[in-house]
Amino acid sequence: METRRPELTPDLFEQIEAGLQDSERIVGPPIGFWRDSWTRLKKNRGALVGLVVIVAVIVVAYAGPLLSPYTPFGQDLARRFSVPSSQFWFGTDEFGRDMWNRVWIGTQVSLYIGFLAAFLDLVVGVVYGAISGLFGGRVDDVMQRGIEILNGVPYLVVAILAMLVLSPGIITITIAIGLTSWTYMARIVRGRMLQLKEQEFALASRSLGANRARLLTKHLIPNSLGPMVVNLMFTIPLAIFSEAFLSFIGLGIQPPDTSLGALINEGYKELRFHSYLLWFPTAVFSLLMLSFNLLADGLRDALDPKMRK
Amino acid sequence: MAAAMNGDNNLQVKDLQISFTTYAGEVQAVRGVSFDLRRGETLAIVGESGSGKTVTAKSLMRLLPEANTLIKGGEAIFEGQDLLKLSEQRMQKIRGSKIAMVFQDPMTSLDPTMRVGKQIAESLKKHLGLSGQRAKERAVELLTLVGIPNPEDRVKQYPHQFSGGMRQRVVIAIALACDPQILIADEPTTALDVTIQAQILELLRELQEQLGMSVILITHDLGVVAHTAHRVAVMYAGKVVETGTLREIFYNPQMPYTWGLLASIPLPTADRSQELIPIPGSPPDMLDPPKGCPFTARCPYSMRICADEMPEYTTFSREHKAACWLHHPMAPNVEPPVRVGGAR
Amino acid sequence: MTEQSPNGNGRALLEVKDLKKYFRVGREALKAVDGISVEIKKGETLGLVGESGCGKTTVGRVLVRLYEPSGGEIFYNGDDITKVKGQDTKRLHRKMQMIFQDPQASLNPRMVIGDSIAEGIDIHGLARDKRERLERVHELLETVGLNKEHANRYPHEFSGGQRQRIGVARALAVDPEFIVADEPVSALDVSIQAQVINLMRRLQEERSLTYLFISHDLSVVKYISDRIGVMYLGQLVEMADSDELYENPLHPYTRALLSAVPVPDPDYETERERTVLQGDLPSPVNPPSGCRFRTRCPQAVEAAAHVEPEWREIKPGHWIQACPCFA
Repeated sequence: METRRPELTPDLFEQIEAGLQDSERIVGPPIGFWRDSWTRLKKNRGALVGLVVIVAVIVVAYAGPLLSPYTPFGQDLARRFSVPSSQFWFGTDEFGRDMWNRVWIGTQVSLYIGFLAAFLDLVVGVVYGAISGLFGGRVDDVMQRGIEILNGVPYLVVAILAMLVLSPGIITITIAIGLTSWTYMARIVRGRMLQLKEQEFALASRSLGANRARLLTKHLIPNSLGPMVVNLMFTIPLAIFSEAFLSFIGLGIQPPDTSLGALINEGYKELRFHSYLLWFPTAVFSLLMLSFNLLADGLRDALDPKMRK
Repeated sequence: MAAAMNGDNNLQVKDLQISFTTYAGEVQAVRGVSFDLRRGETLAIVGESGSGKTVTAKSLMRLLPEANTLIKGGEAIFEGQDLLKLSEQRMQKIRGSKIAMVFQDPMTSLDPTMRVGKQIAESLKKHLGLSGQRAKERAVELLTLVGIPNPEDRVKQYPHQFSGGMRQRVVIAIALACDPQILIADEPTTALDVTIQAQILELLRELQEQLGMSVILITHDLGVVAHTAHRVAVMYAGKVVETGTLREIFYNPQMPYTWGLLASIPLPTADRSQELIPIPGSPPDMLDPPKGCPFTARCPYSMRICADEMPEYTTFSREHKAACWLHHPMAPNVEPPVRVGGAR
Repeated sequence: MTEQSPNGNGRALLEVKDLKKYFRVGREALKAVDGISVEIKKGETLGLVGESGCGKTTVGRVLVRLYEPSGGEIFYNGDDITKVKGQDTKRLHRKMQMIFQDPQASLNPRMVIGDSIAEGIDIHGLARDKRERLERVHELLETVGLNKEHANRYPHEFSGGQRQRIGVARALAVDPEFIVADEPVSALDVSIQAQVINLMRRLQEERSLTYLFISHDLSVVKYISDRIGVMYLGQLVEMADSDELYENPLHPYTRALLSAVPVPDPDYETERERTVLQGDLPSPVNPPSGCRFRTRCPQAVEAAAHVEPEWREIKPGHWIQACPCFA
């Protein structure tokens, strides 16, 4: 382990001022939370692919129908059950309707459902959970019992009841989702609130005189964004799936409106002879589900502060 | 206390070098650490966070995560074998039987779902082949040895039924189960209250005298060192900067970091009007450790050469070595701060 | 409870009488603080020591109004502040501040430290505009030994010692008179502890601050405090000037505590006498009757279980919870 000894001259032994200012300096740009998470997310191939696919699907869902001369509802019985061709890119169904249009209109509906659920998660779920967690005590007890009652009723039963009472359709599904899907987010946010409000930075804020609103908006919510975003990303495919399931069993979107689930249902019926009617909507549906789940998984890892460095 | 230091070597560590690969780069945690452990003595490895002391200890037991740990060099000779090069199978025979370890946090060191007696018996079964009745008897013996009252009852209890101090005693009992030659204790009392800490330190001292084992005590608390150690190795930024006997380190330290450590601690006997002399700044980043002596940036006596070249060890006595350019013949004479050396 | 006589160099800034704080744990009450009476004089540093479960952190938090007291009275500058609410509480927050223990958790990881420091300024409207706010933040950063450029950085970019100093800057931002320091250096390396302690001492001189210094580390407490109070299971067992407490500890718990602290001086360690306490700390949910220390006290007598010990001034300035063993 002997390295070559340099010439030791007396001047080397002069005392110098150690560069102490340097040891307090911090090099590099400030690394914010989002920037750091984005860097980590980019390293996750699956998540990136998921993100790209989602964006692509959304773009095509809205731009696609515009590219085609046909409409989703126009029937042409002479052309029924056409195989995919250069004229009808996805073929036609039993009424001669252009499948390209129908698939993308259906996707639009599914996406609407997914994002609606996410929106409700945010508006209702977060607020409910935050109030419940922050206030604690009696308020929390009452609000949690409320959630438990809501959760006690199965989603399917709510949907069927809504179907019976109101006319089936997109409004009904919206209501069914609206009553049930936000409870998980509320629980997550409540859990975070309970955890964070005893942390020292929250105590410090309170001891400085912060009121509840300030505590919530400046401290508690920003530190809960991680689990919130992840949960949102999981909610969307879950909602799309729930709607697809309902439509598949005939309780959801009614014709002539359509969604991916309804299309899958119709296609399933024709699987024997006109299987293309099934493959296209299924492919889009599967792509969406997979992509959202990949993205959500990647986000969860990227946003988890414990996995830094 | 003095007799212990004349024994032969139980463990010889030479030029240990360990790094971790992280996504930010290579963290050089240990950069050439050497020390000997004599039979029957307590060697204290002292350092602050980032000094590499815990990594050193864990590496002797090969408990570092394989995935991102690089043992870049060095050897640890125990009973004629290099611990760093043994296969996992052979390490398992040594861990818990010849070399045992006690960790810092008694809350997480024990399996909460297993009865305490069973946890002690695990070691007995694996290494000594004891089973059933004999293992249970030995477990009770061990609990008595570590000072737990009513051991016949307590051996059947779960960890959560013990207090922090008692749990640490159980952990020690497990470590001692197979009569190890070497006990590595990594901050064994840091998580405990002061009065409980005193109990555990007394216990460790008694046990060492009774069983004649060698102890490596890892700590940042110089008070604990003064109470229990025979020899001391001071670590900073992955290197051992000074070693010596207890009295040599406390009363005649030869390295500015050691001076700094001693000068920054309030002694109960000291005068309150005297300001503490802190060490300014913070330890260096081990992702990019400095080229020369790692303490240069914070050292009030640093010279030009300190930043460029690592100083070699200067030997002051049989046990006392320090790595500092101030001891080179061409360096100026400096006096350590008043508070240090002969503090009483 | 009787009032303490002032030592003569200052009037009382804070006075606490028979303070109690109980927490509900299931059906039972955890008596974290169970009858503390103490006076803190303007400009002094009162140290509060004890082991886990003694209630010292709770005392600090009650004083800073993070918790509401369950009983007793608190006076600030002569005014009864035990039951303040609303705007009055906000005013108090300007006068009494806290420095926290954990450098990891005491700063909001999502806020740049400039904003963390300025939080007090924002809440109480102490700056007229952005420029003034920034100026004050820079001033505070320099006061604690950091650079102006640090204001835009996030907490994780700083070391533990630096983060503690940021916490000090945050507390100073509202210009308080009284600061509760709850284990401010316990989580720091030894060589860094001295930096923060020196800073605190300097600030105390420059700004006439009064400190309540809570810690389990007796050496540090002795160094920085004028007087020290020793707590055990929610009660004060002894209180005296720092030097007096170290030289003449009277209560057996204080003696044991002092004896248990290892001193970084090998000869001292070899020669000293030690009293090692047996047994564990009882639970604060169900403390022993009478004198709470009797289960571990080397001098315990039978009567200790039946008589509530009295808080008495046994010598001028030296208070002790006098149990029957002291008769």
